[in-house]
Amino acid sequence: MLTWQGFARAAAPHLDMTPMHEPDDHGPRPYWSLAGLGEGARRVLPVVAGAAVFGTAFGAVAVQKGLSLSEAVLMSTIVFAGASQLVAMEIWTGQFTAGTILTLALITAVVNMRMLLMTASLRPWLGPLPPWQVYPMLTILTDISWINAVRYRRENGADASVLLGSSLTVWLIWVPVTAFGYLAGAMIADPRRFGLDLIVPIYFIAMLVPIWPGARRGIPWAVAGVVALVVERLIPGWWFVVCGALAGALSGGFVDERK
Amino acid sequence: MSASDVLPHSAIIAILAMAAATQLMRLGGYWLMGHVPITPRVRKMLEALPGSVIIALTLPAVVKTGPTAYLAIGAVVGFMLWRRNEFVAVAIGIAVATACRAYGL
Repeated sequence: MLTWQGFARAAAPHLDMTPMHEPDDHGPRPYWSLAGLGEGARRVLPVVAGAAVFGTAFGAVAVQKGLSLSEAVLMSTIVFAGASQLVAMEIWTGQFTAGTILTLALITAVVNMRMLLMTASLRPWLGPLPPWQVYPMLTILTDISWINAVRYRRENGADASVLLGSSLTVWLIWVPVTAFGYLAGAMIADPRRFGLDLIVPIYFIAMLVPIWPGARRGIPWAVAGVVALVVERLIPGWWFVVCGALAGALSGGFVDERK
Repeated sequence: MSASDVLPHSAIIAILAMAAATQLMRLGGYWLMGHVPITPRVRKMLEALPGSVIIALTLPAVVKTGPTAYLAIGAVVGFMLWRRNEFVAVAIGIAVATACRAYGL
């Protein structure tokens, strides 16, 4: 039977501050420290050069697509997710209707859906901290700071400041290099001549090689590709990205892992 | 106003919509983990997602661009298999694309 409490929990589950089952990795309890911020920054330093190049590329693409400098910087500041920002540049028109904004938001959600898994995996560690300390920090989580946090926790680390320090470091680099890339990109007159219109597909395909999961678990990639090509022929707009990606992910759930 | 009208300040609204979608994912995973069990099947789907997104996004663009894209991507994949350095790989891909365009492909 539907009780008022049950209804309230279903309608506004975030009001229920006691999770049904708090997962626990049996590691040391989380805490905060000032030294952890520096430790976090130090841990991501070897890869921030990569993030800087990536952010510069985003700025350079953004100027070609007709964004203003402040729009490009705003996007880097509050979206702060490189892959989805570059995907957005592929479909950017500057003149959006309610329908195309919805499509863009949906594509962004699909591209960033991996973040669901990333922050979910942090719960066993950070769960004992009060929510108001954790959620704000998660808004600047990136792939780089996440993978560093996972490694740190595996070393039995517990200082939540390490995650905050590495996230902040990447964010404080990402935003200014966007502006730098934008101003540098504005000086290139004919980007197509230098193959710059292909920089996003080229970068994405380069990133695919190291994450190739093998022939069997690569089946979702084939499904995604075929569905995207077919939908692109049939439905105008960018639905082929959403349809292809979701078809690939769904098929991934049903791929048999046995040899 | 219909769904096909261009909105005022539409670029800013688009950026805000992207931010909302992204933050929903960042905060949602942490929240969900405390409230809903993530089954092995859902986990496998989420694991297959990044590669599927990239393929779905790039394959139609590559097919549309044609030989220049095939050659550039062939060079990128070849280099990545040999040396795992995506920044050198991207530089090589751009160089191949520039050469193709210079030869009028």
